[in-house]
Amino acid sequence: MSSIGTGYDLGLFFSPDGRLFQAEYAYKAVENASTCIGIKCEDGVILALEKVVTSKLLKPRVNNRIGSVDRHIGIATTGFIPDGQHIVKRARDEATSWRDNYGSPIPGTVIADRLGNYVQLFTCYSSVRPFGVMSFVATYDSEGPHLYMVEPNGVYWGYNGAAAGKGRQVARNELEKLNFSSLKMKDAVKEAARILYATHDEENNKEHEIEMTWVGVETNGIHTPVPDELLQEAEAYARRIADGEEEDIAMQE
Amino acid sequence: MSFLELTEVWGKPQKDIFFPSGSEVEESTDAPIQRTVQPIVTGSSVLALKFADGVMIAADNLASYGSLARFYDVERLTKVGDNTIVGAGGDISDYQQIQRLLEKLEIKEGNYGDGYALQPSYIHEYLSKVLYARRNKLDPYWNQLIVAGVDGENKEPYVAFADLRGTTYSAPAIATGFAMHLALPMLRKATDDDRWKTLSKESARATIDECMRVLFYRDARSLNKFSVATITPEGIEFQTDQSVSSKWAFAEKQYGYGTQTV
Repeated sequence: MSSIGTGYDLGLFFSPDGRLFQAEYAYKAVENASTCIGIKCEDGVILALEKVVTSKLLKPRVNNRIGSVDRHIGIATTGFIPDGQHIVKRARDEATSWRDNYGSPIPGTVIADRLGNYVQLFTCYSSVRPFGVMSFVATYDSEGPHLYMVEPNGVYWGYNGAAAGKGRQVARNELEKLNFSSLKMKDAVKEAARILYATHDEENNKEHEIEMTWVGVETNGIHTPVPDELLQEAEAYARRIADGEEEDIAMQE
Repeated sequence: MSFLELTEVWGKPQKDIFFPSGSEVEESTDAPIQRTVQPIVTGSSVLALKFADGVMIAADNLASYGSLARFYDVERLTKVGDNTIVGAGGDISDYQQIQRLLEKLEIKEGNYGDGYALQPSYIHEYLSKVLYARRNKLDPYWNQLIVAGVDGENKEPYVAFADLRGTTYSAPAIATGFAMHLALPMLRKATDDDRWKTLSKESARATIDECMRVLFYRDARSLNKFSVATITPEGIEFQTDQSVSSKWAFAEKQYGYGTQTV
């Protein structure tokens, strides 16, 4: 890397060609993290991420990485896990403060804006480091469903489908094929499982666990985990498709 | 110096020792801080009793401004979590603040997503601590609260009381406000000596209705429009706009009713 040895990557200040190396390095922390996707459908939003099971001793299905904020917001993060937990905590504080001041749930666009601004602050001072996470903010409010992705430099865009982490390229290719304006939440759960399975590396097939939550009409506007039954159904569907494709390839050969 | 001159300062703190000149206390011209010393807009009776399958709690929809029946559509029962109802008598604005606290608590607990749900006993403990803390600040939430629900894994009927002084107690039947005097004996007749364990839902409701009727006849801070919540292990049944029949023909013979002729 051309930056190494110049010193411009040792603090949060611009290099002569206008780059903030620390902020860029933060993206590297996410690039190899577990895959996380968000799908905004007609009637709600789905958050899904895939966790590599690093030890058989870990208790399954309890070490969650998608957090609830207020009742109507879900935040999935991928990258540095503790950074993600801090983002969720911060979001909860913002939501509580909004409620204390205005007595109503915080709008999706506001929570995304507040988080974006917060993350951006950590690219302004040499005494801190930026967040090594991509945060997916899923909300369902009076304006309908929203999906935002907050990046390590503080930028946040609204998406119909978003992906980050190791399998993001494959996932984005798959997401582009979806018809978001007519997609329903229940179908999107299946699609999310399918897309996560499609990102699997065949050679290095470690054991995985899928964590999936949703918020929208199907959940009365409350952010909750996708019910076990539906998730298993979706995973079975995803597995069938993944196996089917393998057979197709085998037959072609 | 005479003896009488000395008596004038007996028992008084000596200003120049305790509050030397230039100290804040001496110079302060602020009026003393005033705390809430009386409720303003108030609700009166809340009734709750256990019965065989769960608990029943009721409160009328009146909020009074002194003796004026000011608001007729105030809901004084609040659902908290999946199996708890909190009913309130006393200052309505303080009750609304307590509702905000409870909503905050509900959201905070829900965010953990760990499968644990708020139980009536937890909510009662929380409320009693809030009330007691405020009493110790001499700035109480001016309420009498009844927490009713089905508690814990076994969904046991639960009824408990907490008030502005931080007092708490639990009993098979509890009432606040005027119902504490007029309705409680009737509620106790239905529930005491473990009779609540065989009390049917219909009988429990009949008891509530009878209490409401007596209150409507005799308590000038009551209204014949009330809500009844029934909490059983199956869930909460919330009935609004309830009323009871009443006869007023006898009233013309009552002194003080209607236009005075004497």
